[in-house]
Amino acid sequence: MNPANYLILSALLFTIGTVGVLVRRNAIVVFMSIELMLNAVNLTLVTFSRINGTLDGQIMAFFVMVVAAAEVVIGLAIILSIFRTRRSASVDDVNLLKY
Amino acid sequence: MRVDPVLLAATEPGGQPIHYAAASGVFSLSWLVIVLPLAGAAVLLLGGRRTDRVGHIIGTLAAAASFVLGLVLFATLLGRDGDDRALSQHLYSWIPVNGFQVDVGLLVDQLSIVFVLLITGVGTLIHIYSIGYMAHDPNRRKFFAYMNLFLASMLLLVLGNNFLSLYAGWELVGLSSYLLIKFWEDRPAAATAANKAFYMNRVGDVGLALAIMFMFATVGSTSYADVFGAAAAGVIGYGTLTAIALLLLLGACGKSGQFPLQAWLPDAMEGPTPISALIHAATMVTAGVYLIVRAGPIFDGTQAARTVVVIIGAATILIGCVIGCAYDDIKKVLAYSTVSQIGYMFLAVGLGPAGYALGIMHLVAHGFFKAGLFLGAGSVIHGMDDDQDLRHYGGLWRYMPITWVTFGLGYLAIIGFPGLSGFFTKDRIIETAFDKGGTSGYLLGSIALLGAGITAFYMTRLFLMTFHGKPRWSSEGPAAKHPHESPVSMTGPMVVLAVGSVFAGGLFVLGHSLQDWLEPVAGTGVEGVHTFSPVVLTLLTLVVTAGGFAGAYLRYQMRPVESVARPDTEVSLVTFAARHDLFANTFNETVAMRPGQYLTRFLVWLDLVGIDGLVRGSAAAIGGLSGRMRRLQTGFVRSYALSMLGGAVLVVGALLLVRAG
Amino acid sequence: MNTVPWLTILLIVPAAAAVVVAALPRRHATLAKQLTLAVTLAVLVLAVIATFAYDPDKAGFQFGQSYDWISTFGISYSVGADGISLVLMLLAALLVPVVVLSSWNEVDGEAAGGGRVPAPTAVPDRGTPGGSAGGAGPAVDVEGIGPVGGAGGAGGAGGVGGGAGGATAVLAAPAPARPVTFPPVETRGEAETPGRRSVPAFFALLLALEAGMIGVFAATDVFLFYVFFEAMLIPMYFLIGSYGPVKEQAQRSYAAVKFLVYSLFGGLLMLAAVIGLYVVSADNLGHGTFDFATLRQMEITPGVQKLLFLGFFVAFAIKAPLFPFHTWLPDAGAQSPTGGAVLLVGVLDKVGTFGLIRYCIPLFPDAADYFAPMVLGLAVVGIFYGALLAIGQRDMKRLVAYTSLAHFGFIALGVFAFTSQAGTGAVLYMVNHGLSTGLLFLVVGFLVARRGTRDVGAYGGLAKVTPLLAGVFLLAGLSSLALPGTNSFVSEFLVLVGTFTANKPLAIVATCGIVLAAIYVLYLYQRTMTGPIVHPENKVLHDLSLREKLVVAPIVALIVALGVYPKPLLDIITPTVTATYADIGKSDPAPTHPAAAHPVATQPGGHS
Repeated sequence: MNPANYLILSALLFTIGTVGVLVRRNAIVVFMSIELMLNAVNLTLVTFSRINGTLDGQIMAFFVMVVAAAEVVIGLAIILSIFRTRRSASVDDVNLLKY
Repeated sequence: MRVDPVLLAATEPGGQPIHYAAASGVFSLSWLVIVLPLAGAAVLLLGGRRTDRVGHIIGTLAAAASFVLGLVLFATLLGRDGDDRALSQHLYSWIPVNGFQVDVGLLVDQLSIVFVLLITGVGTLIHIYSIGYMAHDPNRRKFFAYMNLFLASMLLLVLGNNFLSLYAGWELVGLSSYLLIKFWEDRPAAATAANKAFYMNRVGDVGLALAIMFMFATVGSTSYADVFGAAAAGVIGYGTLTAIALLLLLGACGKSGQFPLQAWLPDAMEGPTPISALIHAATMVTAGVYLIVRAGPIFDGTQAARTVVVIIGAATILIGCVIGCAYDDIKKVLAYSTVSQIGYMFLAVGLGPAGYALGIMHLVAHGFFKAGLFLGAGSVIHGMDDDQDLRHYGGLWRYMPITWVTFGLGYLAIIGFPGLSGFFTKDRIIETAFDKGGTSGYLLGSIALLGAGITAFYMTRLFLMTFHGKPRWSSEGPAAKHPHESPVSMTGPMVVLAVGSVFAGGLFVLGHSLQDWLEPVAGTGVEGVHTFSPVVLTLLTLVVTAGGFAGAYLRYQMRPVESVARPDTEVSLVTFAARHDLFANTFNETVAMRPGQYLTRFLVWLDLVGIDGLVRGSAAAIGGLSGRMRRLQTGFVRSYALSMLGGAVLVVGALLLVRAG
Repeated sequence: MNTVPWLTILLIVPAAAAVVVAALPRRHATLAKQLTLAVTLAVLVLAVIATFAYDPDKAGFQFGQSYDWISTFGISYSVGADGISLVLMLLAALLVPVVVLSSWNEVDGEAAGGGRVPAPTAVPDRGTPGGSAGGAGPAVDVEGIGPVGGAGGAGGAGGVGGGAGGATAVLAAPAPARPVTFPPVETRGEAETPGRRSVPAFFALLLALEAGMIGVFAATDVFLFYVFFEAMLIPMYFLIGSYGPVKEQAQRSYAAVKFLVYSLFGGLLMLAAVIGLYVVSADNLGHGTFDFATLRQMEITPGVQKLLFLGFFVAFAIKAPLFPFHTWLPDAGAQSPTGGAVLLVGVLDKVGTFGLIRYCIPLFPDAADYFAPMVLGLAVVGIFYGALLAIGQRDMKRLVAYTSLAHFGFIALGVFAFTSQAGTGAVLYMVNHGLSTGLLFLVVGFLVARRGTRDVGAYGGLAKVTPLLAGVFLLAGLSSLALPGTNSFVSEFLVLVGTFTANKPLAIVATCGIVLAAIYVLYLYQRTMTGPIVHPENKVLHDLSLREKLVVAPIVALIVALGVYPKPLLDIITPTVTATYADIGKSDPAPTHPAAAHPVATQPGGHS
């Protein structure tokens, strides 16, 4: 199969993720969109690994996964504590960190 | 006939350097002349209150010891050959930097020894006088410490063998003078007068400092031997020589209270009277004359500078005389009299080698009679409970006979009564001025002659208003005065000085003794053609003096003197001007002080608003800018994400562009 | 002989001591003081010994040491001393113990300050007698002050203050060993009590500053120099920001930040130039280096020279400071604690003028030549500008700071006149200015400590009450106006005479500045010391205490000694300065009509 298709798919996924991060307000959804973007990148890495015949890309993908897992832990914890204090998971409500 | 070594050097091709014999024997101790009073000052200042009880004794002993040593040096010099009386002593290397080598060294020669004797002699007398005069002052120890410091500085000034030592002494006497003028520090007038004296002296010092720099740049040395050797050899250009001479003159004017820097000297009378006698009459203020005589080889090479010297001398004679007639403060009158007498000395030394010895002669005689007059004035002030106003005196001769006699002798000496010192010395200056020849000779001679007449007038006025006429004070009532004679410690020095005033002139002049003595240093005048025969001129001077005396006698003895001066609105324009120091202070204030104040205020403003404003302005601008910029931080995560995306797209776009391009 | 690493020892001893003192708990205030004094005195002794070991006739750097530091970039730890840096290190080593002794009670002794300042501005809830007595002003004054000044400083009254301070600290928290009070952003508004100030930290900062000052003079690696140049800022910043006048929090933090920003700005320009120098050396030599001795041999094209020169020059002109980069100095001078001001103006600022003669001239001879007229012009403007502004000041510490501006004008004039007399005079001037202005700051500090205000108008007539203080004040002033017999005369005259041989008009103008010097000194003296006593508070001031006498005595002695016999220092300085100028092809102009046989007349026994 043409590896370009995988790349196109990953580009589509990445775009969806990006749009999701930009337009959605719910923190959980934003978070999921970020995961989507990460996985799109993983797909790209694996594809290139396949194309080039080296393992670098796959190793990289594992790294990303590990980071993503760690991120989920921290991120969800933050979202949870925000929700507890504010009774809302909207990212636009949390704008205290400004000028 | 002896040959002047300076001239001898000049006649030799290439200008051989001047040699001073190395000091040996008793002369190798000449540094002690300076160190003794310096040690006295150090002991008294460092000793603090512990030395309060013996301070005056230590101080006086230090001065006396210095005087005795001076006498020994003098006696030894007398025993030496005429051409071999200049001895130089190298003490140590002071400022050695490659080509600039300045040593601390002493030069004992005919000129400096005369000054040493005058300074230590009169100084010792005034120390003794001060024991009585300052007896009730809680800070008497400090007073003696400062006086000792003054003696040391003044001795350094006259004994140094190079111009930088002279400069050091020059500024240090300024310091001593400052310290002593403001001795009664809680009087604002005294503090102001002291500052004024220091400032104006500093203006003169700039001149002296620049002269020294010129010498170094020209000759590569500041020692008398090198500079005078080069000057006498005529290798220094006329312009440079004139510049050096004029700068030296500026220094001399500052120190000696000569026009245009005369305004500080009368104010300096705020100091204790012994100081007025010692520093501001007999010794320090004559340093300018010393400088010009010492730098004779320089002035000899430049007629232009000399002309300026005589002009300043003549102008100052008149200024001092005119103002002296108008003041009612006994010390101020004497101060202006000092100004005018030093004008005579400047006139004399400006006339060239013919006048050098005359200037010194008048200086020494003046040292005696003016110190005596000031001490007498101090005695009168002491007896009149610190009242200095002539109009409050009158008829005092009955109450203080010794003061009357000694003051009277000093008075007769200064107006040139035949046989007394002033008669010999001033007379010769007038004569020499006329002998200069030409219109300028007549002009200068006439001014000097006129000055003699006015001097007779105002000194007679002073004398009559103080000691004669009806008393204008009362021994009863709230302002009761009880004039009394001063203690022996005060009258003693007065008597000695009076004796000096009587005989000094005769001693110096008869047989040309002082003139001959000074000849190797000062050179000798050409016995030129006399414009008037000396006898005629002496008679003329006497007539003018008598005229001045008669004027004052008619005005202040035959008619009663008011006890209050007429207000400014009722006096003639001349008197008005004279009472206001011929507007010298007004001039200084308008030209220097006020603009200076405005400039200072403007600069303070400029610094705060302009320069610092620029700095703070740019800081504020950056602050403001970042204030605007931080508005970008909205706190919305999604807008941050958008900007990140935008950034990423931009980077990728740029990369692609570069790749494609 | 030169195997002893003098400079490294001089550097390490105060640095190590700084760490130790900083680690002391703040209740051991007295121990910290004693330790600091002992260490700084030891450094002074070492520095003096090193000076004797120094051979002025040998060319180049002595006591040199060099170890690789960051070898990739050719950076090394290299130190060495020449005549110029040696005397400045000596000055630093001398002033620090003096400052330590003078600041003995400044940090904690201000506990008594509440009672000392007659106006009842005492900080509340202090519980010291002075504070609670309130109205009993003068009586408490006399009683409370006697012991503070005297030997009691170590244990007696000083201890009370320290104790109180310590107690507050204990109550506040189990305080960290080194509670650095950051300048008052956090504490603004709340009245800071002196007891909150840590004594060990203050003395640790002084020690760190000493290490920095020694280092900056000793470094012979340009990068190392830069590091020390910037490192010195840190202790000084905290000295101003945390230990300035208690009641002027906003002003002192302003001054501290201004000082820091100014210096950093200059420092960054210098960093750029230092890196530029490295790049040029890499181009020229094939391998980049920061070694000063190598760099000064290098030929740099004039255009590059000019740029690099400006980088260094601006840094030094800010540091010195020269007109118009000076506006931080009056603020910093006024807001520093007295000891800090002494070190700031006495030594720290000398780094600027030292840099001019050590780095700007030998590294960039063509540029120095090119810019000399500009520098000379700035110098002369500074002489008059500083003097006139000093005359117009009412704040005594600001006044002294402005006088320094005038003095730095003289120094810069001497450095850029390119004659050995002027250069030697300028270096000597650096030392002398440290002494005379240091003394002036100390005496002003004594006054401020007694009266609690820097305003000239609060004084007047003190000569009657405190004659000794007035005497020392006058002597410091006389030294500042360069009266013969004091140290400054020698240096000022050398600068002027050296300048005169090279550039007459400039020297003539500069010489006129000495009149203004007389005015600012004596006018200040007149306003503070003479006249009647108009403020009743001044009637009860006490004269110098034993500790204060010990503080001023060495400086007073040196002021007179160096005025009468400056030869030992001149002998050290002259060869280095001469070599510096000879290196760039400048020699003294010969006199136009040299005296035929100069030595004959002045040598002893020259009788023919």
